[in-house]
Amino acid sequence: MRISEQWLCEWVALNVPTVELCRRLTMAGLEVSSVQAAAPAFSDVVVGEIVHCIPHPNADRLKLCEVFAGELGLVSIVCGAPNARVGLKAPLAQVGAQLPDGLRIRQTRLRGEQSAGMLCSAKELGLADEAAGLMELSQDAPNGIDLRQYLNLDDQIIEVDLTPNRGDCLGMAGLARELGALLRKPVTRPSLEPVTAVIDDELSVHLDAPADCPRYIGRIVRGVDARAPTPLWLCERLRRAGIRPLSAAVDVTNYVMLELGQPLHAFDLATLAGGIRVRRADSGERLALLNGASVELDEQTLVIADAHRPVALAGIMGGASTAVTEQTCDLFLEAAFFAPRSIAGRARRFGLHTDSAHRFERGVDPNLPRIAMERATRLLVEIAGGRPGPVSEASDAAYLPSVAELVLRPARVTRLLGSEIPSVEMHEILERLGMSVTESSVGAWSISVPAYRFDIAREVDLIEELARVWGYDQLPARRAPAGLAMIARPERVLPVRRLRRLLVARGYQEAITYSFVARELEQALDPEAAPIVLANPISADLAVMRTSLWSGLIRALLHNQKRQHQRVRLFETGLCFSGNLDALRQESVLAGIVCGSAWPEQWGASRRSLDFFDVKGDVEALLALTGEFATFRFVPEPHPALHPGQSARIYRCDRGVGWIGALHPRVQRTLELSMPSFVFELALAEIEAAVLPACQDLSRYPSIRRDLAIVVDEDVAVQQVDDCIRAAAGGNLREIVVFDLYRGQGIPPGRKSLAIGLILQDSSRTLTDKGVEESISCVVGELRHQLKAELRE
Amino acid sequence: MSTQAEEFDNLLQEATEAVATAGSLPELDDVRVAYLGKKGAVTARLKALGALEPQERRVAGQAINRVKQSLEKALAERRGVLQEVELARGLETERVDVTQPGRGETVGGLHPITRTLERIEDLFTSIGFAVAEGPEIEDDYHNFGALNIPEHHPARAMHDTFYFDAHRLLRTHTSPVQVRIMETQGAPIRVIAPGRVYRCDSDLTHTPMFHQVEGLLVDHGVTFGELKAVLDEFVKCYFEQDLAVRFRPSYFPFTEPSAEMDVQCMFCRGDGCRVCSSSGWLEMLGCGMVHPAVFECVGIDAEHYTGYAFGIGVERLAMLRYGVNDLRIFFENDLRFLRQFR
Repeated sequence: MRISEQWLCEWVALNVPTVELCRRLTMAGLEVSSVQAAAPAFSDVVVGEIVHCIPHPNADRLKLCEVFAGELGLVSIVCGAPNARVGLKAPLAQVGAQLPDGLRIRQTRLRGEQSAGMLCSAKELGLADEAAGLMELSQDAPNGIDLRQYLNLDDQIIEVDLTPNRGDCLGMAGLARELGALLRKPVTRPSLEPVTAVIDDELSVHLDAPADCPRYIGRIVRGVDARAPTPLWLCERLRRAGIRPLSAAVDVTNYVMLELGQPLHAFDLATLAGGIRVRRADSGERLALLNGASVELDEQTLVIADAHRPVALAGIMGGASTAVTEQTCDLFLEAAFFAPRSIAGRARRFGLHTDSAHRFERGVDPNLPRIAMERATRLLVEIAGGRPGPVSEASDAAYLPSVAELVLRPARVTRLLGSEIPSVEMHEILERLGMSVTESSVGAWSISVPAYRFDIAREVDLIEELARVWGYDQLPARRAPAGLAMIARPERVLPVRRLRRLLVARGYQEAITYSFVARELEQALDPEAAPIVLANPISADLAVMRTSLWSGLIRALLHNQKRQHQRVRLFETGLCFSGNLDALRQESVLAGIVCGSAWPEQWGASRRSLDFFDVKGDVEALLALTGEFATFRFVPEPHPALHPGQSARIYRCDRGVGWIGALHPRVQRTLELSMPSFVFELALAEIEAAVLPACQDLSRYPSIRRDLAIVVDEDVAVQQVDDCIRAAAGGNLREIVVFDLYRGQGIPPGRKSLAIGLILQDSSRTLTDKGVEESISCVVGELRHQLKAELRE
Repeated sequence: MSTQAEEFDNLLQEATEAVATAGSLPELDDVRVAYLGKKGAVTARLKALGALEPQERRVAGQAINRVKQSLEKALAERRGVLQEVELARGLETERVDVTQPGRGETVGGLHPITRTLERIEDLFTSIGFAVAEGPEIEDDYHNFGALNIPEHHPARAMHDTFYFDAHRLLRTHTSPVQVRIMETQGAPIRVIAPGRVYRCDSDLTHTPMFHQVEGLLVDHGVTFGELKAVLDEFVKCYFEQDLAVRFRPSYFPFTEPSAEMDVQCMFCRGDGCRVCSSSGWLEMLGCGMVHPAVFECVGIDAEHYTGYAFGIGVERLAMLRYGVNDLRIFFENDLRFLRQFR
């Protein structure tokens, strides 16, 4: 809402500078977002009257004007404006004047004729965006007077961002009331005397939906001059509020809305058939609106209708066919109260946002319509003439908001705010805000809340008003008394922080990607995927919820590959979404993507590309943080996004907890990834269980290592060898190390050689050679028997 | 006798010279073997003692033992010298260029948003707040209804909501976690809820996803003054600067009184600059006392309990703290950006 500081001054005697005024408003919750001058800077422009005007002898479109500028005398001006004519009063920029665009006016000759200044349009003075000719000033404007002074242009426009609860401040009257309370100043209202009816004509008004519209006031005004010019002062006020002047009737309704906060509407009486009905629309009815749009209505929409059809979207916008035009002679003025609930959201449904709907959905004082009607009639008659009829009113008291009676306990104020506001102050604040206060009993005040405060329904709302006007900065900040309570820190839960830090230490950079991705990306990873779809996505690229973190990480990888990063290691934690809306799973996942060389480029180290086992090493390190790595297994299983020969499901005991693998070459090609990439993901809920360390005594006896080289079939998994050794070696086996893997010369095709170290130790005695040999021969026997392993000599 | 003494002297002199000229530890060992080994010259003399008369044997024995001891001493000294020489030679060949880069994996880094979230969590957990999480696909009730934002409320227009259907949506703020905690835990509560939130808006200063940290404290006698104190302290600790804050009345349907907290601009110290649009203040977060209507929704007695709540915009804090000028860069995951945060 844009406020002219000058206009505000007519209501409240402001005695503070603009900066302070803005600070007070902001600190009372009416946030000032900007302050700007009402008119751009220009100087030496005065009111001039054209007293002589003849065509330029050497130019068809130019005129030679003699302009009278009061004490400044007569000035010769060459002017090209179409509306330059004798008797016109217009802004005259004198020689030496500076215009907003930087132009400095000098004495010149135009086609041989002297011109000692310039007559200006509103656009040239920065007072309008467009202009067809010279700015036409009122006939009573004193010649020679400075234009800034005459139009009161030395004004500030203060833009206030009102929160949705403060509909009561969407008018000068409400803001003035608020400022009166803040600055402790009296508020003066303009004269709001009723206008005497001079004709008897009335239009009947019927409320078919009294819950939606419990009050409707109308009045006929006949014989209005629709072409009467709106006075400059009124245009200026509209302009400063950001509203374009249109015609006298519309300008007056807009002006009263700005002044009092009550939206009004003017119909062309001749276009209305019969009386007014305020009703819900019938499904399928249509209405052509003032803005040119045509909307289809339903039972949810409240309309103003005549005997035959809807003529306006109630409280939102008038219809095109009943609008006031230049030919209009008789008007029907409307001022109504619509229930906020019945207007809220309706305008948005039709893609409309109007000043009227903005106010009605926030709540307009139900007592305003009559006052506003009288105010508008008076202005209209003054400006455009006309003979007003009596005011017709339809009201249903049962649905009109009543004055709220609330109880305020001063002790509660102190208890909620943490400090006391003196009683006298509370009294004064509430009364300045328009409430009446009676101390009904000890410690409890009765407060009557005026109908325009739709936001005050409870005691706590009153407390906020008190705190707000008293000043939040007056309420001391106090540390809470220490209700010391420790927070449980379960040590058997692995914190995500440790997982993140481990990956960071292993060269991973954490990414955060959007939780919604392109459907094509999800489908490239899993053609069967049925991701949850957003009804109103921001773009096709961000249209479905991710079912895994891989989609977002792949996009991040692509972004970096396009920027010449060959080696990329990224991880992310976040939710993945699966199932459907009625059986929804939102699962917290840790995932990573890696490509490029095994090691950062460096001297004296292998430049090999990383492979499955480099990434597996990272995943194993993560799993080891649980303290029970032995419960995890990597089992070859197919996954649509992964290379069929390099993909494993990760199990903890018998529960699947994640995946690891190389991206399927087809996926890689589809997504235009330039290098083989490896991915992993782990369900955090499944790996967060960790064991509490249970310390074992250290053995005082030496350990013994025996190395075995065995040859097995290619399809025997290392896991099988490991399982077999663990089962056969007995209780003294401490560790198994696979330290070499060999295929090729000396090994039959289809077989592979494994070199395995077994470390044995007893906790109560030194192992004997004999005991060790027994264990080893048992292991070798089982390997032979179960896995057809041969010992390599 | 003198002949024998001379012989021993000569032997010692000869051996000492051999020791002194030995150029390496193996050469020195050869010398040792030649004199003190099983077949060495000194050993042979010692063995020959047995054939002498007792009187002679005593004298000769003493003499030859002196030779042996002197020789051993000389050997030990020479060995010490030669070892030093060899060590020095070895050290010289083992010299490395210490300016060559170290080997191995380089360290990665946390995302600046995570780093900021962890910092916020640490500050609040240090005064007894627990950390909670909630779902991101929410229902209408928890995101709006239970927070005193009924359908068609103008406040809903301020949240550009992503919907799945009429009732399911992406949470527009972390406040639904408040509701869920109050529903399940009841009072008293002291919790923060960090997480992702979503609004259907994307331009220079908005991303469709961003992060908030919700705070909620419910107990007997919680006051607005305490809310001011905790947030004032948070700002000073987070920025490690003594920055002024101010609380402005504002409007959130789920708090009453509601406030917006501004922080003195840390770039111009409140004088006004480009960052703070010349106002000297930066909008930092929204907060307020929990609205009794919210307590009623979750079954907490608003007469006995009061509480405060706040919602911190994480990206804003990260941008101010680390000098990030473009919000959108957080979610591009460009390594050149990410690697600046170790």
